[in-house]
Amino acid sequence: MATITLPVEEKREVQEQEALITGAEAIAIACKLADVDVVTAYPIRPYDTVMQYMSQLVADGEMDCEFIVAEGEHSQFEIVKHASVCGARVFCGSSGVGWMYAMEALTVTPALRVPMVAMVGNRALDDPGAFGVEHNDALAVRDLGWLLTWVDSAQEALDTALIAYRVAEDRRMFVPLALSCDGAFLTHSQALVKIPSAEQVNKFLPRYERGELLLHPDNVISVAPQANEDWVMEIRRQNYRVTERACDVIREVYADFEKRFGRKYGNPFFEEFMTQDAEVVLLGMGTMSTPVKVAVRKLREEGKKVGFVRLRWFRPFAGPEIAHCLERFQAIGVIDRDFSFGSPNLSGVVATELRSAMYTGASTRPPVLDFICGLGGREVTVPDVEAITQSVFEAAKGKAQPLTQWIGLRG
Amino acid sequence: MSTTFVEEKPTQNLEAFKGVKKVPYEEYYTSGHRTCQGCESAQIMKLMAKAAGPRTIVLGSTGCMYVANTSYYATPWGVPWMHTQLGSAGSGALGVAAALRAQMRKGTMRAEPINVIAFCGDGGGADMGLNAISATLTHPDYNLLILLYDNETYANTDIQVSGTSPYGVNTSFSTPGKVKRIMHHRWKKNVAPLMAAGHPTCKYVGTISTSYPLQAMNNIRKALSIGGPTFIHCLNPCPKGWDFDPLLSFQLGELAVNTGIWPLYEIENGKLKLYGKTEQIAHGRFKRLPVREYLLKQGRFAHFVEEDIEFFQSKVDEMWEKWLVPGVIPLQKELDARNPPSP
Repeated sequence: MATITLPVEEKREVQEQEALITGAEAIAIACKLADVDVVTAYPIRPYDTVMQYMSQLVADGEMDCEFIVAEGEHSQFEIVKHASVCGARVFCGSSGVGWMYAMEALTVTPALRVPMVAMVGNRALDDPGAFGVEHNDALAVRDLGWLLTWVDSAQEALDTALIAYRVAEDRRMFVPLALSCDGAFLTHSQALVKIPSAEQVNKFLPRYERGELLLHPDNVISVAPQANEDWVMEIRRQNYRVTERACDVIREVYADFEKRFGRKYGNPFFEEFMTQDAEVVLLGMGTMSTPVKVAVRKLREEGKKVGFVRLRWFRPFAGPEIAHCLERFQAIGVIDRDFSFGSPNLSGVVATELRSAMYTGASTRPPVLDFICGLGGREVTVPDVEAITQSVFEAAKGKAQPLTQWIGLRG
Repeated sequence: MSTTFVEEKPTQNLEAFKGVKKVPYEEYYTSGHRTCQGCESAQIMKLMAKAAGPRTIVLGSTGCMYVANTSYYATPWGVPWMHTQLGSAGSGALGVAAALRAQMRKGTMRAEPINVIAFCGDGGGADMGLNAISATLTHPDYNLLILLYDNETYANTDIQVSGTSPYGVNTSFSTPGKVKRIMHHRWKKNVAPLMAAGHPTCKYVGTISTSYPLQAMNNIRKALSIGGPTFIHCLNPCPKGWDFDPLLSFQLGELAVNTGIWPLYEIENGKLKLYGKTEQIAHGRFKRLPVREYLLKQGRFAHFVEEDIEFFQSKVDEMWEKWLVPGVIPLQKELDARNPPSP
């Protein structure tokens, strides 16, 4: 009988270290492990702590990259865009209106097939000024070809940053990826994080090879000439094809990640919590998962069968899978940490997307209620979640509920 | 971090062409474009590519020289070229230079000096992209050249006023009307000295004209060889935007210099050197021609009355008679006389 050896498993146990670090620090360490070539920084809270950590890594000789402090977010993203076209692995990021200031650069990056990885430290858009989390910043690029993912722990931030490079730089993809981390709740909160070794990461993450798209004197190409009505549709269609492939590539990469590092994320696109026998379910993105899970446990103790689904990937939006998961519940309550003024039913972005996915993908029509909650960094509290759940149960019983409700308002 | 070839010999050593007959035949900006007859902006692009040679990456900011030059499936470029957003000449060049530096240092790209040039118009360079260029010129580690081609308008979008449009000019945003003859009251932005004075570690800033092609190519070669970020500003007569017969392109370039409107100089490691007719003007060996000879050959000044021409002339006279460094630095001598610098 042949013996089975598991070298990867053995190495993992030996090589991993554990440290108490913030979400931002976790991403800085992931960039170091990924041996990023060009990093651009510009200050805006709360994302910018990642750059403070990274500048220290460079100063201490732990990381070898061009660390460039730009004069604004537009330049910050344009610098790495060009560097990526010249074959460099790149990293940058922003928050709130900083992300919006870079919008022109963000717009052209997917069309140029640039696998940039950017961290968005989610922050409310001005005005009025607020440092706290809201998801509208990252969501602003949702139609442009960016991949968008939300994480809810420092460990997931580190792991997903590595996964992000592997997904974005896959030749079937070559599109930018924004890794969203809720401002303060994740960027500045410490947790114990398992840090893999560079050797492990090297095996998981091959070098970025731009191939025939490399801008270099050995490869005389013209990038992004004027195409006009002659070819623009065909070129847009190429980005559409990428989104068709995205779910398969992401699934593949998570499977390989699990094999090499031993951490299991299950379904890459969403996490289910106490859903197995649930009658109703709540759905949201990011660090609201902590208070929601606490509330769900509490409600379970009271005999209320509620579960929670945390959406990890917003782009691609794994519509059929999500619809299939949710069709079994009697009612769904989406918690939107964002707004979409004037949208259908005046709901938030996630609820609107989900209703669209359910309409085409689900065999049942459970009511999908939307709850705008936790804007501007306000906490999503356990009582908020209890109030939300009560309304969702009412809907499940067939009692009409408003399709959009604002939760936790003062006065 | 290891010291490598890149740090020791960061740039190509491009020596000056010794006469027009020594200029190579090879072109790296060839057929496939659709610029206008008499287009001096396309001319400087061609000279730039020739001067830089094959081991070069060119970035083209949005502008007429993007839109009119690089149609999909018909690129005229014989070197790698990439479109850069309107305000990104500085950041784009920085990104390319940083990518080359990082990869060559890490050994993931063959180490060799590669020219990086960002080619931007007056809209891209003097208006929208000014802050990115300014930031880039402060980065001593990256070797690159920003070449601003100046046809004094947004020439792709229907000829509109830019920060370098001359006083009083008729553009589609400053058309003379029944009540107002002069809609554009701003004096042309003095871009090259702004770059030189504002970025003390920048080793090379200069102005060129396509009417002096050999000199222009040699200045470009010097800027590419000297190391660090460099900046060149080129004036480019534009038959469409300036409204003149394409036959006059070359002559207008010369007239801009000979009237003192467009001074030619290099600022190399902080040392200013006027050259060509400009040097002769400064030393009194050549008498500036009246600006009238330049202005009246162009339809864009056709609405000027005597008063406007006189005002224009008086401002150019000021450049040469009152500026601290004639034609270059617009601090007034009078100020200097009241508060002389201590010896």
